[in-house]
Amino acid sequence: MSAANNVNPPVVFTQDELGWVSWIDPLPEAELTERHFAGLVDRSRSKSEYFRLLVRDPEVLEARTKTDKDIFYNVADGLPRAERELAAAATSRYNGCIYCASVHARFASTYSKRRDDVQRLLDEGVGADLGERWNAVVKASVALAATPIAFGPDNIDELRRAGLDDAEIVDVINGASFFNWANRLMLSLGEPSK
Amino acid sequence: MATKDIIDTLAGIEPGSSLDAIRGRRLQARDNAQKSYLSLLEPVDAGDVSLVERAAVALFVIGLHREPTMAGFYRAKLAATADGARLVEAVDVEIARGETSGPYGAFPAGPLSVENKAGLIYRVSAERKPDLGARLVAAFEHAHLLVFRPRDAAAADMKALLAAGWSNTGIVTFSQLVAFLSFQVRVVTGLRVLGASLGRANAAAGA
Repeated sequence: MSAANNVNPPVVFTQDELGWVSWIDPLPEAELTERHFAGLVDRSRSKSEYFRLLVRDPEVLEARTKTDKDIFYNVADGLPRAERELAAAATSRYNGCIYCASVHARFASTYSKRRDDVQRLLDEGVGADLGERWNAVVKASVALAATPIAFGPDNIDELRRAGLDDAEIVDVINGASFFNWANRLMLSLGEPSK
Repeated sequence: MATKDIIDTLAGIEPGSSLDAIRGRRLQARDNAQKSYLSLLEPVDAGDVSLVERAAVALFVIGLHREPTMAGFYRAKLAATADGARLVEAVDVEIARGETSGPYGAFPAGPLSVENKAGLIYRVSAERKPDLGARLVAAFEHAHLLVFRPRDAAAADMKALLAAGWSNTGIVTFSQLVAFLSFQVRVVTGLRVLGASLGRANAAAGA
């Protein structure tokens, strides 16, 4: 087990950069083989405790990473990056993942230039009034995060009224759904540290 | 147009449909969601988590989401897995015992504590423990936490899995499985809802 003695966990949602400490043993950097580097996708991720933990199952990590990158970074068409990050941040806020919310709130701020609105999402929660289009994205993300899933035709209608086409709605669905994957790993395998 | 993958099958997306075309614009995500499914549910080398453990956890997780079509798929998968058929009934009973609504749980003590929400702390029933065995009992209790109250997770939960015989690598694979299924069930539900709305739009337009 990793010692958790020096962890200083954040107690509020923040856009600050946070660290993350594993509760079980990541692979030591020295033990990584080419199979593990294939799983990491980016070699630089070997510096991260989180990825050196997930790389214990390299095939799954590789597939997960490539799914993640296409959903968020493929901006040749579809929803603007800022709103994909908003879906990720809203999902993380609702599920309670302070670490994930910090990363994706920062990205949402960077790409939207609406840092204060993003901060209101973190401070006030998913009910913050962020204007029609962002409200529709946040509400859809929250409905998808609920268990049982509460996403329905009303969410589709709201997203359409806010100007999203079908491909952009699929980007919302993918981005929000992906963070139900990421939040559960980040929340359960370790903890954030300031 | 692409060959149907597991998400197409579960969401009812046909080759050549408009949703198939939209999914085709995120081909890397589409291909790797499929690879994630295969490496978690149909791995070449099961490693530290047996096939029957994977299938039992999958049915339990999807059952808790109350998505009948997907639960039917994973129930059939468990029944078709070696040593799995005998577990189906026990898993179904435990799903019914574990049903609730999430997310709930506690935030770190501080300003967010006002948002804490109490809810079911699920434990496998004593009657089913012999059927499931110590590893699956610990897995189900942790999976329920991951599904409904992931923000409650603590280092002690890792110790409980380790004490029940789960290795570090097994915990990673098992956690990925539950987390991946949480993604898959939402993509499938979202696409199904969107697909149904396209059907309505087409009907309204007389198409």
